[in-house]
Amino acid sequence: MPLVPEIDYGTPASRSEKMVTLTIDGNEITVPEGTSIMRASMEAGIQVPKLCATDMVDAFGSCRLCLVEIEGRNGTPASCTTPVAPGLVVHTQTGRLKDIRKGVMELYISDHPLDCLTCAANGDCELQDMAGAVGLRDVRYGYEGDNHVKARNNGEANARWMPKDESNPYFTYDPSKCIVCSRCVRACEEVQGTFALTIEGRGFDSRVSPGMHEHFLESECVSCGACVQACPTATLTEKSVIEIGQPEHSVVTTCAYCGVGCSFKAEMRGEELVRMVPWKDGQANRGHSCVKGRFAYGYSSHRERILNPMIREKISDPWREVTWEEAYAHVASEFRRIQYQYGRDSIGGITSSRCTNEETYLIQKLIRAGFGNNNVDTCARVCHSPTGYGLGQAFGTSAGTQNFDSVEHTDVVIVIGANPTDAHPVFGSRLKKRLRKGAKLIVIDPRRTELVSSPHIKASYHLPLKPGTNVAVVTALAHVIVTEGLCDEAFIRERCDWSEFEDWASFVAEPRHSPEETEAFTGVPAEALRGAARLFATGGNGSIYYGLGVTEHSQGSTTVMAIANLAMATGNIGRPGVGVNPLRGQNNVQGSCDMGSFPHELPGYRHISDDATRDIFEKLWGVKLNNEPGLRIPNMLDAAVEGTFKGIYIQGEDILQSDPDTKHVSAGLAAMECVVVQDLFLNETANYAHVFLPGSTFLEKDGTFTNAERRINRVRRVMTPKNGYADWEVTQNLAKAMGLDWTYTHPSEIMDEIAATTPSFALVSYDYLDKVGSVQWPCNEKNPFGSPIMHTNGFVRGKGKFIRTEYVATDEKTGPRFPLLLTTGRILSQYNVGAQTRRTDNVIWHEEDRLEIHPHDAENRGIREGDWVRLSSRAGDTTLRALITDRVAPGVVYTTFHHPTTQANVITTDFSDWATNCPEYKVTAVQISPSNGPSDWQVEYDELARRSRRIKGKLEAAE
Amino acid sequence: MSEGNKIVRMANQIATFFHSQPASEGPNGVATHINKFWEPRMRRQLFDLIDNHGGGGLDSLVLEAAPLIRRPPPAEVPPAQAAATATP
Repeated sequence: MPLVPEIDYGTPASRSEKMVTLTIDGNEITVPEGTSIMRASMEAGIQVPKLCATDMVDAFGSCRLCLVEIEGRNGTPASCTTPVAPGLVVHTQTGRLKDIRKGVMELYISDHPLDCLTCAANGDCELQDMAGAVGLRDVRYGYEGDNHVKARNNGEANARWMPKDESNPYFTYDPSKCIVCSRCVRACEEVQGTFALTIEGRGFDSRVSPGMHEHFLESECVSCGACVQACPTATLTEKSVIEIGQPEHSVVTTCAYCGVGCSFKAEMRGEELVRMVPWKDGQANRGHSCVKGRFAYGYSSHRERILNPMIREKISDPWREVTWEEAYAHVASEFRRIQYQYGRDSIGGITSSRCTNEETYLIQKLIRAGFGNNNVDTCARVCHSPTGYGLGQAFGTSAGTQNFDSVEHTDVVIVIGANPTDAHPVFGSRLKKRLRKGAKLIVIDPRRTELVSSPHIKASYHLPLKPGTNVAVVTALAHVIVTEGLCDEAFIRERCDWSEFEDWASFVAEPRHSPEETEAFTGVPAEALRGAARLFATGGNGSIYYGLGVTEHSQGSTTVMAIANLAMATGNIGRPGVGVNPLRGQNNVQGSCDMGSFPHELPGYRHISDDATRDIFEKLWGVKLNNEPGLRIPNMLDAAVEGTFKGIYIQGEDILQSDPDTKHVSAGLAAMECVVVQDLFLNETANYAHVFLPGSTFLEKDGTFTNAERRINRVRRVMTPKNGYADWEVTQNLAKAMGLDWTYTHPSEIMDEIAATTPSFALVSYDYLDKVGSVQWPCNEKNPFGSPIMHTNGFVRGKGKFIRTEYVATDEKTGPRFPLLLTTGRILSQYNVGAQTRRTDNVIWHEEDRLEIHPHDAENRGIREGDWVRLSSRAGDTTLRALITDRVAPGVVYTTFHHPTTQANVITTDFSDWATNCPEYKVTAVQISPSNGPSDWQVEYDELARRSRRIKGKLEAAE
Repeated sequence: MSEGNKIVRMANQIATFFHSQPASEGPNGVATHINKFWEPRMRRQLFDLIDNHGGGGLDSLVLEAAPLIRRPPPAEVPPAQAAATATP
């Protein structure tokens, strides 16, 4: 198995539809207008020598190596910066060019160490390749004069020389190897959009500098890896490559972090992962990555991974390692006992949004066919279930309407309740790229997120609303659009139900929805809101991107409908550059929903009460299916506390840390008689588990993930599961122990079953995915190449439905006891409950959750930067350290929830979305006060966690 | 908060949404929603509140919707309990 080949064309592709024909070295070639001569040559199979050019960034023309001669033109133009023209006759190799190139290379090498044999880039060095390509045989200049190579010249310190910067945990910067091609600087600007790097100095003094001559770690660098990828030498090198050496084969797979679903090449040496490199042909990420996907995979070999199944009678007992057979038999007999004692509906399960489609499908199949009930749910319950409901009502499908490429065609973007540069970083970079090219931005968020103002990015409007008032703000936007006559009437008449529109329009036009009226409780200045509404309605292609700041409210579903209304009213549905785009949280949260993880739906979003759908599965599975909806996660916990729900199988989900109102979750879990947790680590939920089944990582199994744009991407196994089995095998073995006759030998067979039963997946198979790379569902006879954009010829439900969206204030209100509003979110370097990222070097960026407080609120309470503060709500209290910042408005505090010691969810309440029970994470009334230590709950919980991680015969695991 | 109160709160939240919708959709909307998403146990608790506790605390729209809400089958008697009662 070789390395996956990738051709570097030197400059980006041109989008022009006009074609130009020219002759290069006697070959006639036709390329789009605007293509560089360098790229055209490469397409003709001729590689012009180059150093500063690479197709991830625009041409720069600094290395003078890619010169060519053009008949009828003077001199030797750089092929990277010279566009093609009709009838040009180009020569890439002439005596004159050869001499120039050799001279240029000689100068480069005269200031470059010749330690090639021991250099980490040996085998992957473009400088070495070019020295070979131009036939460099001699370097006349030596190091005796000025150089950056040696620490000392003639026994004296060399001020030009700089030591390696090893501050970043994942890569090193060795200035002595830098050829100042500035590819890294341009990658940081053009691809990532952070502008952390620059070239400092002039002439021979110039060199790459993170920030103002800082170390990488202290600079603005976000460690996305684009610079490392762009570097042609060993100047920027992954530490893993330095340690291991060059990879010998690579496999294309899909990142297991956020919902962007980036494609990566897992570059391997045997079964050892050397590095993850974003794949240029990956259609979600187009060759870009973030610090998590690129570097934070170390958890897969972390010493705390549990590799053997374990059982205990009581959760106060230490764990006892057992064989897999014993574990399966124990779970099967316990679940059967519980059902005998408490009834068929007394058990259930939770599928994982981190596991593959195939694994998720099997869990819901086990529950429906094996347990005989529909008590299955997934973590989408606590993130995007309102999207499913809201978009389903408005458009007839829960699907996000666009692909990620669509952002390249947008003119005005609304980002509401999402922080993509932290939570969906690669999409964030793609959005910023478009914004730098002129698209306008409206940010609706209680916090001043990075998108509001950062280098070369400035939102036209930031509407800093009070948490919980989304519906009022979005309805007020609609008010302005309707009352100022900015609706796209032609679109509405053609695509939507006109009478429903009229009803809605008269509703939103009521004066009480005007921005002047809503300002009083939303905190959004009316003038800014009007400006934003006008911009969105009149600025060209308008797109809306949103995240959990929309859904995780008691009116989450209503806000989703309000967003759908806004898109329809302005005619922004059904073509590139527009649409309603939910940014999904976890890698496969879309897939887990598609696969029938919800208690009321079979795969493909078909209600369980639908006889025809049940019939398909009943025939295939040979069982009678229950036609009643099952319990959702919060309902399961309620039923557990009540005493009618006694056993649960949880795959790859840490509800104790991630779900709201921790005390309620722990009470529910504690009331159960058999809690089975399948995970990589003894997570927080496992503190309440009776059986632990070790899980496998995405590197250890085959399958598919479906990202936020509905793209079905292959996950490919690159190493043997450390625990012995892929997760789908564990579920299958458990099903067999419970008497089910399952005989899958490979996940592809599970996908075949999905395709056979689920119309939107009809044409999906591993063979097909291998052939086309990836597809976006629906992928069927009607859409054989998938569906990048939805609703192109009318809505899935027929006519788009406008729905009245009345603002209802949440019951979670501030008052004298709890005067502040807490809202929660993610940070770039960490991922959700942190089970993975906390077990990587990413902790260097974020080792604890901090509470962001406005200086005004902090001063009132005598809180200084870094002080311990007690954070209390009516649900509970915890302590964490303060971070004083005006990113949050006065009256609002913010924290992340990545660390179990913080237990941010002890604070959050059991309020939830009216339609889906999605918890209201984003609004909790709190009080803060100075503190001198952990809360009682934290002390007790620490002790419980420590005790519950004891394994018989093993030293206590340190967490 | 007791589970009964939770059922009331959840039902009333749904009713609150449908109050804002065109009047013709009200009771039907509430009933359809509950039929689609509420597990029988939850509907049983709801009917218990309506039948045996005068619908205490429930929004009028929920009460109006009640006739349209599917009555769940009686709770399953667990096999163990059935066996115990069957034994003479």
